[in-house]
Amino acid sequence: MNVVVCVKQIPDPAAPGALDPGTKNLVREGKLILDDSDAYGVEMALQLADAAGGGDVTLVSMAPNGETSGLRTALAMGAAKAILVSDDSLAGTDALGTAKVLAAAIRRAEPDLILAATESTDGYTGTTPVQIAELLGLPSVTFAKKVEISGASVKVERQTETGYDEVESPLPAVVTVTAGVVEPRYPSFKGIMAAKSKPVDVLTVADLGVDAGQVGAAGARQEITDVAEAEARSAGDIVVDEGEGYQRVIEFLEQLKVL
Amino acid sequence: MSVDKIWVLAEVADGAPITTSLELISHARSLGGTVEAVAYGDGTAAMAPTVGEYGATTVHDVGDLAGALPGAPVAAAIAALVAAGNGPDVILFPATYDGRDIAARLSVKIDRPVLTNVVGLTEGDGGLVSQHAIFGGSQILSARFTGEGPHIFVVRAKSFAAEPTGGAAAAVVAAPAPDTGATNAAKIVARHVEERIGPKLDEADVVVSGGRGLGEKEQYALIEELATLLHGAAGASRAIVDAGWVPYSHQVGQTGKTVKPTVYMACGISGATQHMVGMKNSKNIVAINKDQDAPIFSVADLGIVGDVHKVLPKLIEALKARG
Ligand SMILES: Cc1cc2nc3c(=O)[nH]c(=O)nc-3n(C[C@H](O)[C@H](O)[C@H](O)COP(=O)(O)OP(=O)(O)OC[C@H]3O[C@@H](n4cnc5c(N)ncnc54)[C@H](O)[C@@H]3O)c2cc1C
Ligand SMILES: Cc1cc2nc3c(=O)[nH]c(=O)nc-3n(C[C@H](O)[C@H](O)[C@H](O)COP(=O)(O)OP(=O)(O)OC[C@H]3O[C@@H](n4cnc5c(N)ncnc54)[C@H](O)[C@@H]3O)c2cc1C
Repeated sequence: MNVVVCVKQIPDPAAPGALDPGTKNLVREGKLILDDSDAYGVEMALQLADAAGGGDVTLVSMAPNGETSGLRTALAMGAAKAILVSDDSLAGTDALGTAKVLAAAIRRAEPDLILAATESTDGYTGTTPVQIAELLGLPSVTFAKKVEISGASVKVERQTETGYDEVESPLPAVVTVTAGVVEPRYPSFKGIMAAKSKPVDVLTVADLGVDAGQVGAAGARQEITDVAEAEARSAGDIVVDEGEGYQRVIEFLEQLKVL
Repeated sequence: MSVDKIWVLAEVADGAPITTSLELISHARSLGGTVEAVAYGDGTAAMAPTVGEYGATTVHDVGDLAGALPGAPVAAAIAALVAAGNGPDVILFPATYDGRDIAARLSVKIDRPVLTNVVGLTEGDGGLVSQHAIFGGSQILSARFTGEGPHIFVVRAKSFAAEPTGGAAAAVVAAPAPDTGATNAAKIVARHVEERIGPKLDEADVVVSGGRGLGEKEQYALIEELATLLHGAAGASRAIVDAGWVPYSHQVGQTGKTVKPTVYMACGISGATQHMVGMKNSKNIVAINKDQDAPIFSVADLGIVGDVHKVLPKLIEALKARG
């Protein structure tokens, strides 16, 4: 079974985020890392391919400056190869444009299953994978907390407001996984060494045959008009508990007439 | 483009439109023009009086989906109306599982971009301007569409107040989905509903949430007991949901519920940006954390620097003693 995993390479979320004052795009300088949210998809793909008795796990990513460090992490986990779309014309692309690019790249891999995260850590638009499914004419199941392949279909436990639904879909399909669905493995030393020589196919927008007018800032057909500081909450009372801290909570609740 | 007609996805749960959809209908009404709802499932006729009361004049009824996930068929039904020239200027979706799926599919079908995680919508020159809370809600970004409509916005819960106007029941008009082929092939084969005690997390007046600082799964009982004593709901950070201590339905934050109770109590929660976007707008916030530098204290009205294993049992005892 061949699985494609969409993996986003993002700035380290531990570093404070910033917007470029000119373009208002998220600053994506320095080394990019594998989005933690996608480590679950990679692990899931490896497990499913294994359970199906083999097949390739192919990574698909769109990132600036030919960035591959996040891809290498996922290759070190065990993915076989990667397709990277990198092109200066992609700066400022929105979720729909991203989906158009990724869908075109995924088509090349002819997968049985496409995995992505429910939402990325940095942009968290949360629509890209389903936009990809619609572009490819495929069914999709989002918010999967359990995924199983059974013959030519995929069985998913999908989170709902009040519990979960059991959903079944024929393959090929797009499935988005939530954090915690599996425990991502740490790359082994051997895996890290092997990752260095695994194939990464670097493509441009033209290579994919995607119309340049559909991507980039112009293709986005949306713009940021303003960025302002949110109204700050006024500083509260911070007290150190010396055994009577609970009393302060009770007084506060009484004051609010909750008690 | 002026905003003459706004559609709102009216999602149904437990036989009634969800609160977020009513919030969107209420706010759409304040933006002027006609407000209409799009609904699906078998409860559409029953909801017509409610959505009418909040300001929608018509319900476009996609009808029963025969077990299919809503994304593909509902998007196809809306796209068909748009193609027939009956589309709105703006379509508002609640940021729910299904709302997001439908918005995403519709975006491709009508080739229009989406703005998601919207927390405010105001009138601007030639269209609406959306507000987005970024960097954990410390900054508010405004955005707008520059191309032709219909403009698709996916809006977070509790961004607006739901206010009835006493309007008449909405007229129900059938809007069946055209054939969607393979995209519609994912089917729900069984539903599982988790048991809930006390009020709903996103409707409770008091929310008591626990995080990794509780140390172990068994200690979540402290959170549940305190929540029950305060007639509130028990919430959680994602860290302990991912760890399997509590079901996902308890999660507060970016990928969980947005809550705005009178009192939010964060116990052993650090205050990661993704947690804060889900609770920062609570009317009052109490935080208990042993680390005085924990970010949660920056939004707390009352912060107790202390050990949850010491503070919570005493608090519970004292509340019990009050009877
Ligand atoms: C704060 C902020 C708000 C934004 N709001 C909007 C908005 O409202 N509308 C809009 O159209 N754009 C928005 N953007 C831009 C958007 O983030 C980018 O267009 C991005 O390329 C795709 O969206 P995402 O990361 O939000 O994807 P999501 O839909 O959240 O991503 C879900 C999953 O899809 C896969 N995926 C997404 N992008 C890639 C990629 N480049 N390579 C490989 N896999 C990928 C990953 O598995 C990812 O976890 C916003 C950006 C920021 C920083
Ligand atoms: C895309 C994405 C989406 C996310 N969505 C969400 C979301 O919806 N909701 C969410 O909550 N998180 C979300 N997160 C995760 C978030 O980034 C944090 O990892 C998470 O909120 C941390 O949970 P926590 O505060 O319980 O744990 P930690 O950050 O580990 O904090 C534990 C806290 O407990 C304190 N503590 C320890 N022992 C004690 C004690 N004995 N007494 C008192 N205090 C103690 C510590 O000082 C610390 O501050 C998301 C992350 C990503 C990447």
